[in-house]
Amino acid sequence: MPVRMRTALVPFAALPLVACAGQQSALDPQGLQSTQILNILFIFLGVAAIVWIAAMIVLAVGMLRRNRTADQPLALHQPFERTAGRVVFILGLATLVIVLGLSIVSYAGQRTVFAKDEHALTLKIIGHQWWWEIRYEDDSPDKSFVTANEIRIPTGQPVKVELESADVIHSFWVPSLTGKMDLITGQKNELQFTAKTAGVYRGQCAEFCGLQHAHMAFAVLALSPDEFGRWRDNENRSANSPTDQLGKQGEQQFRARGCALCHTVRGTLAGGQLGPDLTHIGSRTTVAAGTLPLTPAALGAWIADPQHVKPGNLMPKMPLQSNELIAILHYLEQLK
Amino acid sequence: MTVMAEERELRDDALNGLELSTRLDRIWRTPPGLLGALMSVDHKVVGRRYIVTAFTFLLLGGILAILMRIQLAGPEKTFLSADKYNQIFTMHGSTMMFLFAVPVMEAFAVYLVPLMVGTRSIAFPRLNAFSYWMFLFGGCFLWISFALNVGPDVGWFAYVPLSSLQYTPTKRPDVWAQMITFTEVAALAVAVEIVVTVFKLRAPGMTLDRIPLFVWAMLVTSFLVMFAMPSIMVASTSLILDRLVSTRFYDSSSGGHPLLWQHLFWFFGHPEVYIIFIPGTGMVSAILATFARRPVIGYPVVILSLIATGFLSFGLWVHHMFVTGLPQLGAGLFTASSMLIAVPSGLQIFCWLATLWDGRPVYRTPLLFVVGFIVIFVLGGLSGVMVASVPIDTQVHDTYFVVAHFHYVLIGGAVFPLIGAVYYWFPKITGRMLSERLGRWNFWLAFVGFNVAFFPMHILGLIGMPRRVYTYTPEMDWAHLNLLSSAGAAIFAISFALLLVNVLMSLRAGTLAGDNPWDASTLEWATSSPPPPQNFDRIPVVKHRDPLWLDSASLPVVAGLSVERREVLLTSLAEAEPQIREASPEPSIWPLLTAIATTVFFIGSIFTPWAVLWGTPPMAVTLIGWFWPGGSKEDEQ
Amino acid sequence: MRQTIVRNVAELPTYGYGPRSGPWWGAMGFMALEGMGFAIAIGAYLYLYAVNPNWPIGAAPPDLWPGTAETIVYLLSIIPNEMTKSAAHRQDLAKVRAGLIAMSLIGIGLLVLRGFEFAHLNTRWDNSAYGSIVWLILGLHTTHLATDVGDTIVLAVLMFTRHAKPRRFSDVTDNVFYWNFVVLAWLPLYVLLDWVPRL
Repeated sequence: MPVRMRTALVPFAALPLVACAGQQSALDPQGLQSTQILNILFIFLGVAAIVWIAAMIVLAVGMLRRNRTADQPLALHQPFERTAGRVVFILGLATLVIVLGLSIVSYAGQRTVFAKDEHALTLKIIGHQWWWEIRYEDDSPDKSFVTANEIRIPTGQPVKVELESADVIHSFWVPSLTGKMDLITGQKNELQFTAKTAGVYRGQCAEFCGLQHAHMAFAVLALSPDEFGRWRDNENRSANSPTDQLGKQGEQQFRARGCALCHTVRGTLAGGQLGPDLTHIGSRTTVAAGTLPLTPAALGAWIADPQHVKPGNLMPKMPLQSNELIAILHYLEQLK
Repeated sequence: MTVMAEERELRDDALNGLELSTRLDRIWRTPPGLLGALMSVDHKVVGRRYIVTAFTFLLLGGILAILMRIQLAGPEKTFLSADKYNQIFTMHGSTMMFLFAVPVMEAFAVYLVPLMVGTRSIAFPRLNAFSYWMFLFGGCFLWISFALNVGPDVGWFAYVPLSSLQYTPTKRPDVWAQMITFTEVAALAVAVEIVVTVFKLRAPGMTLDRIPLFVWAMLVTSFLVMFAMPSIMVASTSLILDRLVSTRFYDSSSGGHPLLWQHLFWFFGHPEVYIIFIPGTGMVSAILATFARRPVIGYPVVILSLIATGFLSFGLWVHHMFVTGLPQLGAGLFTASSMLIAVPSGLQIFCWLATLWDGRPVYRTPLLFVVGFIVIFVLGGLSGVMVASVPIDTQVHDTYFVVAHFHYVLIGGAVFPLIGAVYYWFPKITGRMLSERLGRWNFWLAFVGFNVAFFPMHILGLIGMPRRVYTYTPEMDWAHLNLLSSAGAAIFAISFALLLVNVLMSLRAGTLAGDNPWDASTLEWATSSPPPPQNFDRIPVVKHRDPLWLDSASLPVVAGLSVERREVLLTSLAEAEPQIREASPEPSIWPLLTAIATTVFFIGSIFTPWAVLWGTPPMAVTLIGWFWPGGSKEDEQ
Repeated sequence: MRQTIVRNVAELPTYGYGPRSGPWWGAMGFMALEGMGFAIAIGAYLYLYAVNPNWPIGAAPPDLWPGTAETIVYLLSIIPNEMTKSAAHRQDLAKVRAGLIAMSLIGIGLLVLRGFEFAHLNTRWDNSAYGSIVWLILGLHTTHLATDVGDTIVLAVLMFTRHAKPRRFSDVTDNVFYWNFVVLAWLPLYVLLDWVPRL
């Protein structure tokens, strides 16, 4: 069987481990909050640049000029000492004024950035080693659903994320939309942001959370409100039943090979809670928390040997034969 | 003690010249042989060992940095596995902070402070020896564990619950936590010694306003150590207890809280930055005065700034926790308190700039490093003002921007002055000058390499690269800057190789230094290079802040100390009036034995709580051996 | 460099008491950092107290009598302690010996009481964060108590040997000084451990 398995892996062997990128930069703000933060950053940067250049000019001039002639180090020119003392005092005072000014700018900015909007779309995000559980919650339970590693939001509408952790501390960070906030064990944090323009924004865990901290990314897809509504309606539905023979075989293998012990596919017997919900995996853009793009080849590589792609993650390598793997893949692709 | 016995004793007022030197040398020198070396309590011997050991750890930590830079030079490199990388970045941070930066500063203080205040020994020389052994054993414990693949892998900050037994069931976090205990014991011991040395062992006449700025800096640092390190000891002890005997300090399901760890860690961790930086400022002040050929402008301003920095450093730990969901107003106040520290730091910079402005600078290697320090540190300080702002911090926290910031502050603020200090005091410690030609190469490579390595990291952080990732994907646009940074790291590493070459070559064939090669003003330059075991044949009397500039030909001294036994002169706290001729301990093997017993106790107690029972008696026995009078002349006064 | 003798210190004593001596400042330094350790532990207690709605967690407050008895003994022990100090200043060897023996016995008695206190905390270290911090604080103070009792006993033995020389009296006063610190450190801990859970 190992030989067979290796054969099955051949198509994936040459696969470069690349995922769908999306923007991930604090310098390229696409949200209200990230824009406000960047403005504050520029104010600070401006002040810092002026101060640094001024200090360097004084340093350079001080090094180049040859003023004192006295040979004895203790033969000090008293008027200069007094003037120097006064200048140092005034500069110290100026420093005080500058940092107090910057503190006020910072606090004012902080109040804007962290302003709360009562009419925000609320979702709950639970950090796991090393993936993101995303819960869309609604007053009516039939409108609530669970997904993973991919957040879709409407543009122009405030979004509130409630942040919790299932294990260790993680940090939720989508620099193009807003600054980060930790997901702390035993504590509930929250963060609000609004996407200004439609697009794909990449996020990544920013608090060291163990072995695969580097592979704990996610994507935020900001959609027009209509598109978002359609997506949400689709996500609310249970999983598609497979229509063809191979798909049915895949669904059966999915359960027989143990996948269902950890993964939920709503509307089927698969109800595992340890791993990401796969009800609509076929419609996502990445797999393994942003590690790979969701293509058949990448998904196949992931299922065939998750420990090769992301060593140490909780998903075990199952001894699948190539036909079983192909069937499962086919099934998952249909879960749109 | 009888008056008769006192009078029969030979004093240094009865001897002169070579005879005096020889006698003092005989009673103060470290005994010969291996056993003698293990018994040494000479602050210069211990200080030298401390310096060499700390630089060895710098070398090891530097190699780890290079390994990380190779791994990150391009996307998806497989040079290091995730597991190795996580161990390596944890080891790099822990080694640099706990085994290099803090110890090397204390090491310089151990060597220099007694010389600079004009005394024969550090206060509590046996404790000093013990401190060195604890530092050495703790460092070896960490690195041997790493070699055995039990190196800590939870970050130098070891946040719970990741470092709890549930999520890291190996011994790796225990190794980290107990290494902390070792190094903190060592650091606390040195801190107390320095405080008492400065308070009580200053040469007569060295009033508070005549203490050299480096000594002031080390005094403030020692107080910071004393008040900051207990916090990390409580933290690391409770972490070990959580992992070993199931206490619940950090278990949120039983009333504990993960943020308690962060508060305890950063209440230590932020002052820690100043524990590293303030000695650097002391070195800058010392070097600057000598090479600008005038005293530092604003002596009282510099001292008040140091003290203010010390106080403020305890009021801003929360800025490491801005993204943990704290109340907004509280976080805003910590923004202000964090930025406020720019005021004393700024005042010091202004004083140095003014000194350079008025001086007639002599551009030897030590001064080059000080100028490099000003350029880099000012930039690091300003990026520090940026990260102190809550909104900005939510973007840059835990990204490469912060990595850039603190390397600018720590390498710029402490390592550049430190390398300058090596060039400056090497002649005093070894009797030989370092090569000036290699020194200039060393400086320029370090300056260019450092900036090429770390400046791009600011941008990397802003374009989204988080810290502590062992790899990244090609389409993230981070590859070019990372490659540039790795190239810079290579240049920076070469500069250190050059320093090593320079040291090794100069040790053998450097120009002989003489007592005072730089025409400096402080007391360590009033004795030979290297200093004799007794430091000074007679204790100097200080009449000016810059005694050797006041009169470079003759030194006023006191007489009347014993030449038959080790004796130091205690003076009053403020006025430095002579008070007591106190006996100073002889060499002893007990500090080493105590350190061994303590090491067994510490390492045992990460495996079983019963180590507290069987580990205590050997410690008690060795301690009694240490303090029990040996019946020698010193003890029987 | 030429040396000019400007002063002779031959007449100075070879030991001293209090702030004149080196070891006193050393003791001061260690008390400062150990005091900081207690302060941090108290801070951790109050932090846990603040984040938990129920305090003590899943346990009754400690029984009052052992802590209270200790507090009384601690406060009274200052009297023989200070008497030992003044005897040391007078270099009265017989009284110093008596004082050190008395202080050793008091210390041992307090260690026994401390054992009862642990037994009457009404919680274990692994019950909850409350139990953990209570055991940690009491353990921390017990370490100081045990260390000082050990030191006192060694010093008492020393004073019966040929090493009982004048400068040892200075060591005795430093030991007295440290004992006062152990007593002083206990008072806030007593309030914290025994009374705060009853608030």
